[in-house]
Amino acid sequence: MSNPDYLLSMQGICKSFGAIQANYNVDLNLSEGDILGLLGENGAGKTTLMNILFGTYQADEGKIMVQGSQITIHSTADALGFGIGMVHQHFHLVHQHTVLENLLVGEPGRMGRLDFSGARRRLLEIGEQFGLTLNPDARVSELTIGEQQRLEIIKAIFGDSKILILDEPTAVLTPYESTGLFEALRALAEGGLGIIFISHKLHEVRNVTNRVLVMRAGSVSALVEDTKEVTESDLARLMCGHELNPPKKNTSKLGDTFLSLSAIKTGDSTHQKLKGINLSVQGGEILGIAGVSGNGQKELADVIAGVLSHTEGTFEVKGEIISKASPRLMQKLKIGRIPEDRMTTGLVTSLPLYVSMVLPWIRRSIFSRFGILRKNEILSFTSKMIKRFTIQATDPEVKTGTLSGGNLQKVLLARELAFEPEVLLASQPTRGLDVAAAEFVHRQFLSLREKGAAIILISEDLEELFALSDRIVVMYEGRIAGETKINDASVEEIGLLMAGATLGA
Amino acid sequence: MEEIISQIFQVGFFTAIIRIATPFVFATIGELFAERSGVLNLGIEGIMMFGAMTGFSTAYFTSSLWLGILAAMLTGMLMAALMGFLTVSLGLSQHVSGIGITMLSTGFAFFFYRIIFGQPSTLPNIKAFTPVGIPVLKDIPWIGPVLFEQTTLTYLAFAVVPLAAFLLYKTPWGLNLRTVGENPHAADSAGVSVSAMRYQGLIISGALMGIAGAYLVMVQFNAFTFGVISGRGWICIALVVFGQWGPWKSAAGALLFAMIDALQLRLQASSIIDLPYQIFLMMPFVRAMMAVEMRAPAALLIPFRKEER
Repeated sequence: MSNPDYLLSMQGICKSFGAIQANYNVDLNLSEGDILGLLGENGAGKTTLMNILFGTYQADEGKIMVQGSQITIHSTADALGFGIGMVHQHFHLVHQHTVLENLLVGEPGRMGRLDFSGARRRLLEIGEQFGLTLNPDARVSELTIGEQQRLEIIKAIFGDSKILILDEPTAVLTPYESTGLFEALRALAEGGLGIIFISHKLHEVRNVTNRVLVMRAGSVSALVEDTKEVTESDLARLMCGHELNPPKKNTSKLGDTFLSLSAIKTGDSTHQKLKGINLSVQGGEILGIAGVSGNGQKELADVIAGVLSHTEGTFEVKGEIISKASPRLMQKLKIGRIPEDRMTTGLVTSLPLYVSMVLPWIRRSIFSRFGILRKNEILSFTSKMIKRFTIQATDPEVKTGTLSGGNLQKVLLARELAFEPEVLLASQPTRGLDVAAAEFVHRQFLSLREKGAAIILISEDLEELFALSDRIVVMYEGRIAGETKINDASVEEIGLLMAGATLGA
Repeated sequence: MEEIISQIFQVGFFTAIIRIATPFVFATIGELFAERSGVLNLGIEGIMMFGAMTGFSTAYFTSSLWLGILAAMLTGMLMAALMGFLTVSLGLSQHVSGIGITMLSTGFAFFFYRIIFGQPSTLPNIKAFTPVGIPVLKDIPWIGPVLFEQTTLTYLAFAVVPLAAFLLYKTPWGLNLRTVGENPHAADSAGVSVSAMRYQGLIISGALMGIAGAYLVMVQFNAFTFGVISGRGWICIALVVFGQWGPWKSAAGALLFAMIDALQLRLQASSIIDLPYQIFLMMPFVRAMMAVEMRAPAALLIPFRKEER
């Protein structure tokens, strides 16, 4: 049964958390030189499987073999010892440390001291062998996101790992950086490593892997032995169990300008996150805002939502100049917001669902009168919304935090759409959602657009932006780096702008 | 004016600075180890008190000052381990736990002192440490008596500073400790046990705080009183901030503070300048508040939990 040729072989892995079967009888084999795609929706069990491999959990059943011999992994240190390296989606780097220091964390020293010169040599070696180079003395805080990820990869293979796991590695990268990553991965595979590439982005899996393991509901739903033989829609069908059904975008009539920003700046000159933003959006259109996170998108959203006040420039809503913004004023002006982080900014996870559902509307006379809550009205409103948006919640009194990510997002949508906003500001509205839930959100946006509302969609997912937007602007370092109509836009061009290139050069 | 200056800048003044600085150096470096691992050890004030008490009692009954120091160290390590249990194992608030440890330790110190000594009419006392001159070096004019005619504990305190710097910056252990204080997830994914590192940081801090407390009863005074620590622990918290979480700068802060303290004692004694001495006591805190580029370890105060499903 065991094949010594496999670098890694996981056989019959089962793991359950209480009543939830997270992994059931999963087999995974990886050879030298393989780039194995691990594809599946959220909750399909990819993360659990990898956590078992990395020692975070122990499997209930099944065995793990590395290079033909059976091993047990009790901890992260064990996994590293067996040559298993992992690049997490959220980097595990220390910003104050230098590149070398980050590489030396957890490494034994030489004669009780940190082995800086050995690390420097190894870093050079990795550079020569795989083309992964970095300045050894740079602090991590000085590195770009792409370089930080390169450091994570170097860290993972630093101790001579043979197996490299990457968890959604492109989520934070520009398309250009992603291309660089793919090249590096191919070089690593050629050098004899086995790579597991976890993703739910179909085109990337198609592009970079040579085999694909598809998981659904905790089990393996398909194993594709040659990626070239399948199409993206094949993969999608294997992953979701049904055909994808992306919403159709109809033409809509452009209305009045609802919102316009000119030369908007925030903060003082030393901490300026927005450095002069010009932007306007009309009814009936979806304005996509692309950019790598941290280029001012969050601040822009905060300004529009009235959370952050601008220090310079003019901010107009329906022709009225806003001098002192506040969240309450923006609500009154019918600007709805779906914040980036639904768990902290959006909802109150520790309180009942009905509280989260009416939070921004609590002062409306239907929900409170003379400062006293009208609980019956709130409950019946929440029940109505649960039905209308097919939110999977047993009743309005359940704790908000017990809902799944997709359902939490539906709660936010329901709440913001309930009183028909004229402008909807959505930040990363489908991040972490599975395909079906994302499609639901997209459909809601498109129908809102047809009703004549303006939608500002801030997203790092270019596919999403291209599918929904009428216009796309790119943010880079607090400015608008470029703007294009959707029909003239190309992924390459947007990608270049995201990386800081200027057009017309 | 000349009179003041000549009165102050005597050899005795500088000798006093070093003497006063010694406990601050011990406890500040101790606090530094805890904070670099990500735990603010507010138990410091009580741990110093308890260490002073057990150190004194042990020295009193065994007539061995060094056994007293050992007892104080062990006391500190024990209370720091309890702090670790609360903040690392249970993940409770470091502020609340620290204040709790201080109250508990102080209570223990007073309670056991009363049990052992009752309420004596004259304070029980011990024979304090005496200065040990280092041959040849002590004969250097000015510098000799200031630096090389101190107690062994002082020499140890000033050896602790380079040792701490070496451990923190040059050894794998130190890098792991600093990583745990900055980004415990990074340490965890590199196979470093976050809780083990934090316990170690805390236990070292407790040992040094215990010694600091014992120093006060075995060098500065030769008896234990309930006011023996009187806020010195809190000052060490400020000194760590003042020193930007670095051993050299923190020790320099301790020296500066000791100088201000010595100065105010002399000015009060000379009664030429009538300034409330609290003005001087306030200075490190003012400096700490003014420090703009203050950067605490990023994971300070944050309990670490592995991502659980």
